[in-house]
Amino acid sequence: MTTTLEHSSYNYKVVRQFTVMTVIWGIVGTLVGVLIAAQLIWPALNFETPWLTYSRLRPLHTNAVIFAFGTSALFATSYYIVQRTCKTTLFGGKLAAFTFWGWQAIIVLAAITLPLGYTSSKEYAELEWPIDILIAVVWVAYAIVFFGTLVKRKTSHIYVANWFLGGFILTVAVLHIGNSMVVPISMTKSYSLYSGAIDAMMQWWYGHNAVGFLLTAGFLGMMYYFVPKQAERPVYSYRLSIVHFWALVSLYIWAGPHHLHYTALPDWAQSVGMVMSIVLFLPSWGGMINGIMTLSGAWHKLRHDPILRFLIVSLSFYGMSTFEGPMMAIKSVNALSHYTDWTVGHVHSGALGWVAMISIGAMYHLIPILFNQGRMYSIRLINIHFWMHTAGIILYIVAMWISGVMQGLMWRAVNADGTLTYSFVESLTASYPFYFIRFLGGVLVVAGFILMAYNMFKTIAAKDNSLKAVEAA
Amino acid sequence: MSSFWSIWISVLTLGTLVGCFFLLRWCLKNFVGVKEGESTGHSFDGIEELNNPLPKWWSTFFLITIIWGFGYLVLYPGLGNFQGLLGWKSSNQDVVSLADSKAQMAAAKESGLLVQYDREMDAADAKYGPIFDAFAARSIEDLSTDKAALKIGQRLFLQNCSQCHGSNASGTTGFPDLTDTDWLYGGKPEAIKESILNGRTANGMMPWGAALGGEQGIKEVAAYVISLSGRSVNPDLAEAGKAKFGICAGCHGAEGQGSLAMGVPLGAPNLADHVWLYGGSQRVIEESIRNGRAGVMPAWKDILGEEKVHLLSAYVYSLSQK
Repeated sequence: MTTTLEHSSYNYKVVRQFTVMTVIWGIVGTLVGVLIAAQLIWPALNFETPWLTYSRLRPLHTNAVIFAFGTSALFATSYYIVQRTCKTTLFGGKLAAFTFWGWQAIIVLAAITLPLGYTSSKEYAELEWPIDILIAVVWVAYAIVFFGTLVKRKTSHIYVANWFLGGFILTVAVLHIGNSMVVPISMTKSYSLYSGAIDAMMQWWYGHNAVGFLLTAGFLGMMYYFVPKQAERPVYSYRLSIVHFWALVSLYIWAGPHHLHYTALPDWAQSVGMVMSIVLFLPSWGGMINGIMTLSGAWHKLRHDPILRFLIVSLSFYGMSTFEGPMMAIKSVNALSHYTDWTVGHVHSGALGWVAMISIGAMYHLIPILFNQGRMYSIRLINIHFWMHTAGIILYIVAMWISGVMQGLMWRAVNADGTLTYSFVESLTASYPFYFIRFLGGVLVVAGFILMAYNMFKTIAAKDNSLKAVEAA
Repeated sequence: MSSFWSIWISVLTLGTLVGCFFLLRWCLKNFVGVKEGESTGHSFDGIEELNNPLPKWWSTFFLITIIWGFGYLVLYPGLGNFQGLLGWKSSNQDVVSLADSKAQMAAAKESGLLVQYDREMDAADAKYGPIFDAFAARSIEDLSTDKAALKIGQRLFLQNCSQCHGSNASGTTGFPDLTDTDWLYGGKPEAIKESILNGRTANGMMPWGAALGGEQGIKEVAAYVISLSGRSVNPDLAEAGKAKFGICAGCHGAEGQGSLAMGVPLGAPNLADHVWLYGGSQRVIEESIRNGRAGVMPAWKDILGEEKVHLLSAYVYSLSQK
């Protein structure tokens, strides 16, 4: 390896901070998820307390996993990757530290205001306008640090991981500012600047691209560094990375209308959203192919390296979700799947399978490097975490598939006289067993995260360089 | 939309698809300057990139989806104002009223346009309409003993009424129990049908605090109301309340027997029985007097149509005939 800079000359402090918080927010976010999953089976678990009700904790869960866990992971890895692949320290001096403290402040504000019931009522954009402004300020600082570092890079080219990370940072800024335009009426309440179908379209232009750019492009950036690094293999195809990057970013931005099939959204917008979603399928798979094929000649490593297993299985879930997504964007499939648990299952195969697994793999790769160790405290615990997490996801998504398709079929079933066969309550009663299986899956995921935190703190607490890397057999 | 926006949408949509096509064509060629399968020569923190060609199945499949995309946009509405060759529409999206919707449905039928919603509604009407017509021709009493009719009525009830009146029609606070014999607007078949068909929206109880001279007056009248159903109360309070009950008697009757007992369908409940729509405690009755009550039953005529309401009425009527 030809690293011209010593570790000490990079800004690892901010990477360390974000890495530790990623694991902690991972526990918090999934724990809230398990609580609301349990409330769907045992409603008494809200203890008749307004701020513990499902309606307030559900946005807390989504915000915690997307913006606290996922985005902290992106901050940590993007700051690490951009320094290492540009051979230069972070641009902007204290600005990087500002992004850390600013982002954590936003998360704490979210954790206070959402249970109190302050909400803009826009999905994944529930935070009220003063917090939105803070998000915009921190995000611009993030962009300055990231792009500033790219500008002063000491390499001639820009590595593909940084294309994805740059694309994600830029687009999320545009999406957040565009969708959060409101008329404030007090410090804690505002109304959207848009109305009716236009408001809905803005919301899903934002909502789907939070998935497309934050949860896909950002994490593909992570993948393009940590997969070849952990596998110690070159990236499979440079040309594939070019075509899938440009096609992905130019198609994803159109896909939002598929959230509004068969609504008041004009037909032309629904059609365009559906067409772009389907054309997006292959460019999405480009990333999976490039990641998995990078392992050519190193498949045997999967047998011994649970970190690599996390990374590669995450790509399998990515491939599965990005196949399922375009299928669900087809109007006639959507007519069955929309508003059912199928959507919930789809989102979690992406969130727990792709986003969480690639982040967990990257964190296990990073933690020893950041804290001057040769390896994690326990490789065995990583392996146990891998199996717990995988089993948890499978229980979760299989339960949601079955219950989702069942709900869709029950809602559309009609009798010989044209009346609906089932009432809504009947479809809910039929879903209970699957809610319980989903709850079990969630418990496994949380337990895995707690194991990870233990492993992390043991690694941090160990004497420098006392944990020696295991030599490949 | 204006032709500017129509062109704007079409150019951006087609431009994105055409752009994807040329991007793919470009990357199918080896422009990197090294042989296929070799490293490009860049190294980023030790990571190299190979110049492998795009997988053939992948680029073929990508090309097919792009071509399919063009095809879809030729057939279906997508490119701005262009409606697509099939003349398909999901629904008449610019309607502003039910009458407008019906007029547009008729127009679409005449011109042979493929408006999916209209077609599905038409097909459903043609298929199921006769079933309900046959039921509608029979009397509600007759239907209320017909098992097949009641089964359909119950399904209609579960879909449309159970949200307020409960799955077993026993009601809840503010929503009447339909299984007992206590009625606000009458339990005869025609009265039930009228309640469902046109709703009961005009009446309600006004707030009476000011007219009764404030909190003390409210307390007294509430005590008197409780005494009507034979429960023991402070006799002085009830006596004072009785003197003020005159303004209540206009709707509830001099003995609090309710408007129905007087033969007027005002919906003013009988206060002398043990059925309480909002609760019969001193506190709740005071609240009813202080703030009034504005319960509303919506009209179902335009939502379900008279034939289905007829069947639904038979089901509701049957519940209190056991």
